[in-house]
Amino acid sequence: MHDVAKHDDSKGQYFWVWGGLLALTAIEVWLGYNNRIMSAVHMLEVLLILSVIKSALIIGYFMHLKFETALMRWLLVLAVVTCFVIMYFFFFPDAERIRQLGVQ
Amino acid sequence: MAEATIEHDAVQHGAPGEYEAPLFGAYSKKVGMWLFLASDSLTFGALLFAFSYNRIYTNPWPTPFHAESIANATIMTACLLSSSLTMVLAVFAAQRGDRPWMRNWLLATMIFGTAFIVLHAMEWSKLISEGLILSGFQTILGVSKTATSGELADISKNIPQFPQAFFGLTAMHMLHVTIGVIYLGVIAFRKWFLPALAVIWIAGAFMIPSGNVFHYPVHALGIGLLVAAVIVLLKPKDYDAHDVEVCGLYWHFVDLVWMFIFPLVYLMSTKIS
Repeated sequence: MHDVAKHDDSKGQYFWVWGGLLALTAIEVWLGYNNRIMSAVHMLEVLLILSVIKSALIIGYFMHLKFETALMRWLLVLAVVTCFVIMYFFFFPDAERIRQLGVQ
Repeated sequence: MAEATIEHDAVQHGAPGEYEAPLFGAYSKKVGMWLFLASDSLTFGALLFAFSYNRIYTNPWPTPFHAESIANATIMTACLLSSSLTMVLAVFAAQRGDRPWMRNWLLATMIFGTAFIVLHAMEWSKLISEGLILSGFQTILGVSKTATSGELADISKNIPQFPQAFFGLTAMHMLHVTIGVIYLGVIAFRKWFLPALAVIWIAGAFMIPSGNVFHYPVHALGIGLLVAAVIVLLKPKDYDAHDVEVCGLYWHFVDLVWMFIFPLVYLMSTKIS
């Protein structure tokens, strides 16, 4: 007999997540309107961190991955993140090399 | 706020030994959708990396989005986030067997999704009319009435990688949202959705002028109609809570992708004085 995967969901927490996502979007837009308060690189870092938090909320709560089995959670997340890391090392060093060559 | 308790009956394995327990503790449709979404995330990941690649080696990168564009994109983001909430409520309704409310919440999700598409199409049309264009739009899609001078026209001439990256990425996402709305319609209304989709397609084909960039792409709705008709007419069934949940996974993924497109494409290219 296997464990019964059961959990309690309250609708209220989804409204909180939705509100949190809207609040994070408002912060992003505020940063977009006030883009001179930091350099472009720092702005990119902050926006990416906010986007990763938002995507974690969507995947974890709205897509219910938080409530799936640990095997499914880790397999999916690790597979996709590994592919993104590989893409990063293919794309960005070359873009930086071209930038330093001054090719436009 | 009313509390609801959901029990995922698909992952209960009380019956002794009739079937082998699923590896991931989830039913096969859900695992299949997750695997599709993992592969699709690599498609969007590649497009986002390509956009960033272009951005790094192009100096200076254009910043053509004024306050009006940012406000429009913010409303689009709010539409998608709200559609995710209504999708969750549709899944709740389906799991407690409340079909009328399941349909209502799915319809609300479709309305938010359609609003997103319409706002995005208006944004595209505005940018194109001001001169942000790919040469392919003019030759293949027959786009007319674009400005030949001005800020956006200069960007198109001098930095063609900007419109290529912008339109490529946002078009792919818009296509996914359109497929999502059709998918939701099929799940909510089954064969009764087909006439509505046919009317929207035919109305779009006649009402969108020939010089508009969407004059030919609107026929994607016709392809969607054909695929939906094949699915609902050849294999008619009552879609259950599992189908709604799997459909919801796809819809939330579309929302998730936009959470990266919005800051990378729009907010990092603002021109706000």
